[in-house]
Amino acid sequence: MDFPVQLFINALIAGILLGGFYAAVTVGISISFGILDIVNIAHPAFIILGSYIAYIANQRLGLDPILTSILVLPAFYYLGSLVYQVYYLSFEKRGQEALRGLAFFFGLLFVTEVALILVFGVDYRYVQAGYIDTTLRFGFFDLPLRMVVPFVVSMLMLGGLQLFLSKTFTGRAINAVAQDQLALSLMAADPIRIKRIAFAISIATASVAGALLIVIQPVEPSVGREYIGRVFAICVLGGMGSLPGTVIAALLLGIVESITSTFYGPSWAPAVAFGFLLLTLAVRPSGIMGR
Amino acid sequence: MRTWQFFLVSLAVALAVFFAARLYQNDYLFFAGYVVLQFIVLATAWNILGGYCGYVNFGSAAFFAIGAYTTVVMTKLPAFANRNLPPEIASFVGSITPPPIPVLIVLGGLVAGLVGLGTGYLTLRLRGVFFAIATLALAVVLQTLIVNWDFVGGSRGAYVIRPATVAWLGIGYIEYLFLVMLVLVVVSLTTARAIERSRLGYGFATIRDDELAAEASGVPTLRLKLVATTLSGAFMGMAGAPFPYYIGFLEPSSAFGLAYAVNAIAMPMIGGTTSWVGPLVGAVLLGTLQQLATVTISSAVSLLIVGLLLVFFVIIAPNGIIGWFQYFSSRKSTDLKEQPAPVKSS
Repeated sequence: MDFPVQLFINALIAGILLGGFYAAVTVGISISFGILDIVNIAHPAFIILGSYIAYIANQRLGLDPILTSILVLPAFYYLGSLVYQVYYLSFEKRGQEALRGLAFFFGLLFVTEVALILVFGVDYRYVQAGYIDTTLRFGFFDLPLRMVVPFVVSMLMLGGLQLFLSKTFTGRAINAVAQDQLALSLMAADPIRIKRIAFAISIATASVAGALLIVIQPVEPSVGREYIGRVFAICVLGGMGSLPGTVIAALLLGIVESITSTFYGPSWAPAVAFGFLLLTLAVRPSGIMGR
Repeated sequence: MRTWQFFLVSLAVALAVFFAARLYQNDYLFFAGYVVLQFIVLATAWNILGGYCGYVNFGSAAFFAIGAYTTVVMTKLPAFANRNLPPEIASFVGSITPPPIPVLIVLGGLVAGLVGLGTGYLTLRLRGVFFAIATLALAVVLQTLIVNWDFVGGSRGAYVIRPATVAWLGIGYIEYLFLVMLVLVVVSLTTARAIERSRLGYGFATIRDDELAAEASGVPTLRLKLVATTLSGAFMGMAGAPFPYYIGFLEPSSAFGLAYAVNAIAMPMIGGTTSWVGPLVGAVLLGTLQQLATVTISSAVSLLIVGLLLVFFVIIAPNGIIGWFQYFSSRKSTDLKEQPAPVKSS
């Protein structure tokens, strides 16, 4: 049997597009876990929250999901700074983030999921937008806009964040806060404030990622759990907090997952991320772009 | 109290509970009580790793499901042997499977313990956070494997027929399951208490308080952590092993339900993580509360209550209910603490 080249190239392209979306899902974790060392396992729950907000706006007002997510960015930003404030006062300040902080985020994840189930039920929800049903065809390979639009939005978001983190004072302070809080406070920047801003930004990205998620696939409250393994695998593989690393790792995982589901069936795809994570932890815990 | 004295006393208490429950002649009491007992075992198992060592396991549901699916595999074996093996071997397989519940519990514990050992070995050499994340992912991946495994029913689920009575004891099957679970509760509590008072427990405590310092003073941290993950995983598997007989129909999404993971964390956190009493108190309180809320309101609301209580307690009362008691009767509790713990020569 000769190698199905066309199928392979289609799987490759689908994987790259999927990986771009994974980058948007992971970037929040890259900031909170990678840079700030806050193990926010509730991040996928915030993403699902973003999906449902996009869903409501789409159903009631007919708004575009991605536009909605940009409109609610400030709300997510303040939600993020609120969560950080609680986390800081209750755990970080007392030095209890290891056990109780983790339990706190796990509780948040769970409460969000159950609350969404109570309000919306466990039915799959989806959105309508002009580009969702369109597919571009170039010769033998397909480019569904449903995947292309999230890919482009995600790359724009990551590019913007990378510029922010490397060019502005606040962005550089965010990079510095994890390394040396004292040095940062000598530069007249309040480390707690900087951390709060960074965490708030990480939650804000969940709004956009949530909208992208519901554009790509129908969403129900427990979908978020499938992403926990993926986002942490990508974050660790990408080198904990390096955004270019995050993009490379996300593309890699997207491609491997897409090829796995094309050739072995989609029900095996979740196992790929775990294999990725274990392999990374066992072989190179510092990741691709690790310092 | 020595460990064997504690074991006998709690066994007596357990039997008293059983006969008191029998006086009511109400099967629902056993059905509800079984769930509470199961959560006591899960919470105690979680606490061996989480409370004593300070390593968070989010994958309790995975270990629980491993125990449950070990049982399912055992119940499927006779039919499988009849179809695929020569008759002599098939009749032999049919005569030893499915084994009685206590054997199933040991098997489930073995398999889950091995998985715990493997997961721990791969991730525990790194920072504790990675272990927590790996256990989260483990639950998702094991569920994927079970869904794809036709032998145990895949995503359709599997039926396990519960016999009506247990002949040699002359009691109903649900009463039997309740009794078995009671004994398991006694075993797990005794183990947890024995660990607390042994060199092993002190080793665990050094890991929880300062792993680097422990390592530097010659505590074999990796080995101790592996012992803790194995023990903890094994008890979770044991809690899950009788579950298919209890529920009658097992499907992946019920065996891997997030409710187990949340309860296994919430119960010790709410009760208090430093001693074996905490998970017991937390599991009895939360378990009973959930049974009441499930009956009177809905199961989703009862889960929401658990989640909210977990968040509330980790913020407001970091040491749980036991911590409150120690705070309010601080003089008494310091007296208790200063008693020299018996050091066993194991």
